[in-house]
Amino acid sequence: MTDMDDIRRARYASRKRVNIIALTLSLGAMAFGLFWLFWILWETFRLGIGGMTIATLTQMTPPPNEAGGIANAIYGSFLMVLLATCVGTPIGIMAGIYLAEYDPRGWLASVTRFVNDILLSAPSIVIGLFVYAVVVARFKSFSGWAGVIALALIVIPVVIRTTENMLQLVPAGMREAAYALGTPKWKVIMSITLRSARAGVVTGILLAIARISGETAPLLFTALNNQFWTSNLNDPMASLPVTIFKFAMSPYENWQQLAWAGVLLITITVLGLNILARVLTRHKD
Amino acid sequence: MSSSSSVTSVRTGPWADALFGWLAKGAAWLTLALLISILASLLVGAWPAIERYGLGFLANPVWDPVQENFGGLVMIYGTLATSIIALLIAVPVSFGIALFLTEMSPAWLKRPLGTAIELLAAVPSIVYGMWGLLVFGPILAKYVQTPLQSLFSGIPYLGALVSGPPVGIGILSAGIILAIMIIPFIASVMRDVFEVTPPLLKESAYGLGATTWEVVSTVVLPYTKAGVVGGIMLGLGRALGETMAVTFVIGNMNQLDSLSLFQAANSITSALANEFAEAASGIHQASLIYLGLVLFFITFVVLSLSKLLLLQLKKNEGAKS
Repeated sequence: MTDMDDIRRARYASRKRVNIIALTLSLGAMAFGLFWLFWILWETFRLGIGGMTIATLTQMTPPPNEAGGIANAIYGSFLMVLLATCVGTPIGIMAGIYLAEYDPRGWLASVTRFVNDILLSAPSIVIGLFVYAVVVARFKSFSGWAGVIALALIVIPVVIRTTENMLQLVPAGMREAAYALGTPKWKVIMSITLRSARAGVVTGILLAIARISGETAPLLFTALNNQFWTSNLNDPMASLPVTIFKFAMSPYENWQQLAWAGVLLITITVLGLNILARVLTRHKD
Repeated sequence: MSSSSSVTSVRTGPWADALFGWLAKGAAWLTLALLISILASLLVGAWPAIERYGLGFLANPVWDPVQENFGGLVMIYGTLATSIIALLIAVPVSFGIALFLTEMSPAWLKRPLGTAIELLAAVPSIVYGMWGLLVFGPILAKYVQTPLQSLFSGIPYLGALVSGPPVGIGILSAGIILAIMIIPFIASVMRDVFEVTPPLLKESAYGLGATTWEVVSTVVLPYTKAGVVGGIMLGLGRALGETMAVTFVIGNMNQLDSLSLFQAANSITSALANEFAEAASGIHQASLIYLGLVLFFITFVVLSLSKLLLLQLKKNEGAKS
């Protein structure tokens, strides 16, 4: 009898022990994840803050070992991200509308949804190769436009995904009420469903902007790089990520310093946009 | 019915509705066309190399632009090796994080902690790359690689695995950085699928006296198996295609002589990032595009599997509830 009790107690103790070990490891994993985030952010600030001067933000990219800034790269990034968002967003929203409002269970919608999820995670460097083949090779020149197209192709799947999800959250009753009043479908979508899903759709756009602001790979052989200020989208164009890549891999002290400043700038922008996007949707629910 | 359509036609005309519908449908088709044209353009671009080397390209370890002899084995090995190291680290950690977020964390901490982990995914890969090269690499070399080398030197297989210069650049550091980058993807899928486990199942197990760990390992995990594997596949897809972070830290050296994890190597993405813009058009460029095609094919298969597994979980969920 006491034997049985002992065995039972021992089993109970060992189950508890296993549980405690598992939960401790789980806590450790959480700490492990947070540790990297804080370390990366800390180093980015520590090494980047020194380069955040007026000159960095206003002067052109310098030759090695000369003073300068990254103004042309910031401008190039800004221009390309802006245009890519303008090109990609309407396409993404329209496709998202199709998936959620027209025939959500049809074969076209199912296949598109599947393909879109793959495009969402597809290697961005392959998008760069594609745009190289279609645009750069055809016009025989690296150009800002090629960069814009490559970034727009990354915007589209992000916007499709969030638009569709947000439209699905709109209660069917609202659509039905509008239809009952005799409203045509496009008007129901534009001024009832899309409007009530506005915050969510904007979140998707912000996330897409955040994503392409940091993208380097698709720009490497589309927009290439440019040492000078240019607004001509038919020329190669500098961008912040590509400039950072070039400067960080170089042995020159001042280039590395500028690269760290650029990294800090990108990190702040991207994380800021992400947090803003989250705040927007939290407001909604 | 006919009267209502005549009313709308007075107000806007039926063409507006038709136009809007066609625009939406067109945008959906465009997405499909995009995938197909990516595949087609890669095939066309890689054709000269496919014609010349055939599938032997995949097993040829030589990459010699001067002699125009190209093979992708070194890069394919680098891509696979770094991704596998990344998975080995990321899967247990992500599981721990998901477990913490779903079962242990107090409710008010769930959201901030979840957001923090997701922000890890938002950090641009170029930031990981620069941090990995200039901050993490040297620390890894000094505090991990050198001690490991002195520990394992002389032991047959382990010694070979850690040979080479301990400079913090190579397959191991690329794998570790990839792991950090894919943890948020795997962890958030795992968390989401853990949360769809019906509370009734979990509460029944708790009611029978199961510990938290027993509930997770015998109720939640079997129920969400497909989703968990789907999340791991998603992470793998991300790791295979990651470019900038790998390019910074892998060392970009075409070698397969040593299987050491400390040796500089090359991956498909880093070869593309470094060589493509400067490659002479012709067979060099075609070979690089061939590599891109291989990468796209592998990620396509991995991501499709991931998506199918996650869909399967969703379908089961509908059937059971």
